Amino acid sequence: MLRYILWRIAVMVPTLLIISALVFTIIELPPGDYFESYIAELRAQGEGVDMEQIESLRQQYGFDQPPLLRYIYWVGDMLQGDFGYSFEYELPVSEVVGDRLWLTILVSFFTIIFTWIIAFPIGIYAATHQYSWGDYGLSLVGLIGIAIPNFMLALILMYFANIWFGTSIGHLMDQKYLSEPMNWDKAKSILEHIWIPVIIVGAAGTAGMIRRLRANLLDELQKQYVVTARAKGLSPTRTLVKYPLRMALNFFISDIGSILPAIISGAEITAIVLSLETTGPMLIKALQSQDMYLAGSFLMFLAFLTVIGVLISDLALAVLDPRIRLQGRSTK
Amino acid sequence: MTSPIPAPGEPLPHYVSTAPFDPYSVEVMTEEQVRVNQASQLRLMWWKFKRHRVALASGIFLAVLYGMILICEFLAPYNLHTRNVDFIYAPPQRVHFFHDGDFVGPFVYGRTMQLDMDTLKRNYTDNSADIQPVRFFCRGDSYRFWGLFESNLHLVCPAENGQLFLLGSDRLGRDVLSRIIYGARISLTIGLLGITVSFVLGIVIGGLAGYHGGVFDLLVQRLIEVLQSIPSIPLWLSLAAIMPATWSPILIYLGITVILGLLDWTGLARAVRSKLLALREEDYVLAAQLMGAKSSRIIGRHLVPGFMSHLIATATISIPGMILGETALSFLGLGLRPPITSWGILLTEAKSVSVIAFYPWLLFPTIPVILVILAFNFLGDGLRDAADPYK
Repeated sequence: MLRYILWRIAVMVPTLLIISALVFTIIELPPGDYFESYIAELRAQGEGVDMEQIESLRQQYGFDQPPLLRYIYWVGDMLQGDFGYSFEYELPVSEVVGDRLWLTILVSFFTIIFTWIIAFPIGIYAATHQYSWGDYGLSLVGLIGIAIPNFMLALILMYFANIWFGTSIGHLMDQKYLSEPMNWDKAKSILEHIWIPVIIVGAAGTAGMIRRLRANLLDELQKQYVVTARAKGLSPTRTLVKYPLRMALNFFISDIGSILPAIISGAEITAIVLSLETTGPMLIKALQSQDMYLAGSFLMFLAFLTVIGVLISDLALAVLDPRIRLQGRSTK
Repeated sequence: MTSPIPAPGEPLPHYVSTAPFDPYSVEVMTEEQVRVNQASQLRLMWWKFKRHRVALASGIFLAVLYGMILICEFLAPYNLHTRNVDFIYAPPQRVHFFHDGDFVGPFVYGRTMQLDMDTLKRNYTDNSADIQPVRFFCRGDSYRFWGLFESNLHLVCPAENGQLFLLGSDRLGRDVLSRIIYGARISLTIGLLGITVSFVLGIVIGGLAGYHGGVFDLLVQRLIEVLQSIPSIPLWLSLAAIMPATWSPILIYLGITVILGLLDWTGLARAVRSKLLALREEDYVLAAQLMGAKSSRIIGRHLVPGFMSHLIATATISIPGMILGETALSFLGLGLRPPITSWGILLTEAKSVSVIAFYPWLLFPTIPVILVILAFNFLGDGLRDAADPYK
């Protein structure tokens, strides 16, 4: 098992390297850099520009060097825990990002839990009652969940939550807690607000998961061992739970890897509409003002998050299913 | 009682049929069976597809929609940018048939507007004395059909000096229904163009990786894994932010389609690769290789057609993602920009909660989005089932 874990972590390294190269290319692609837009902005406001100061800043951050060198510096600094400097906020990136990243992880985590709690029973029901009215109805609701754009759902829920509960939705917590360190009241406030984004982001993922769980479980239920079990007089619940469901559970865990990118994507859009204190709104702003270290670090963090998610799901799968564990060893 | 055995020396009694002998008579099939057995693969697929009623209906629905975008100038009662300054934020008008119990045909009541000076809200009231019959095949706003020739023929138009806002009007007094019809032109084609890009990339890259294997295959697999592990929306956002603000709307439109396609090919490439890995060991590939066919010919002529139907089904299922992606990007202001009008652009008008509270009809563009996405999903399901008709 230890060897499998080590092998799996070793595979992550090239993946992360390619991702970092991709991210760097993306933030390098737009013409010009932050300073150019900064100078233009200052000029537009009629303020004088201290070219010397800007030149020295440029040199300090190596903007006069070729891209390849800058990429190497960037990756090297990140490995040492230095994520660069946000020009817009005039703070180190890690300080700007800090809280927002945790909140993104929190929203993603709750969304996955929510998706499972909803999708699991519904998927099982739809598979065991194939072609019943319940099956059709739930499938339709699921499809509509996929079809409604996330941001529309966010707006509509926001409106109705306002009418029915009288609370102003949007943001992840009461504004007075924003700059406070984590304490009991702040946690409570976050919990009060977090359910709306969780429902919105979870809607599409839940629908997809129900469909896949239903398909997988149906495949499993048609296999011969289920027929044998039934013929031997096993109770229906036991026939369902003992083996077919365990196989389906396998797929449930391996699915984290594929739903996590989707959840983070959905969370970004929803965050912008609901003005949540997660990474989404800040990422867009950083991209537009070419605050390259900030944007680059955000993209890296998000990618890192999904890579870690895939790793966790792979490891959990290996614990559950010896076949995967052994395959990992044999390729070594 | 005679014995069945004849007396010795006498001939055996036997019966010979004079009817012509057909050695295949046992294997003769009914006409129906002949029809099924001789049907081409395409025909079998069509039969199987027809049995999936919802998919068939979705296919017809989509075909009608795509037909509509060819003639949207004619279908829309107003032009895309026609402003009715006197009717800003007018709610949808109801079409009536009877006035005071008499049948008049389809008509709408004229309206008077009053500005509520406290809330600055425009209140429209129906004026039941003012009957404005809806005209059909009539002359209205003039337009250049496909930019080619001038015309002003419309399917429906408002009465002379009247209005017809079946789905209300927006902040500049533009008709929402007309704008939805025009928006379909962009929103529906963006998915098709995007899927074309991703289709070509997927087949070429996946095909080469699967057929040749080796280092190239390894690289491609890694790249696919990486692309699939990065959340798509942030990636779209960053790519969309790259496009310079000086680009013309048409260039932006093309740019967005390329972005959507560039990030979508991975799934297709994976499918192509795994199929090719299995198929390249077949004897007919060996035969082609021995005859000296180039690998591009083997892949394109012999291998890919074998599972084209599967690919098309897969592609159909990924079109909705592109339509949603465009909507989201435009909604955030990173996608298309006016004057190009798509459903996403229309929805940017409904960005704030106050709009939903006061002018809920601006949310109407959501309905075609949902319908189109559902239809593509059903159509894709049906195609996938039909793709393998021998099953």
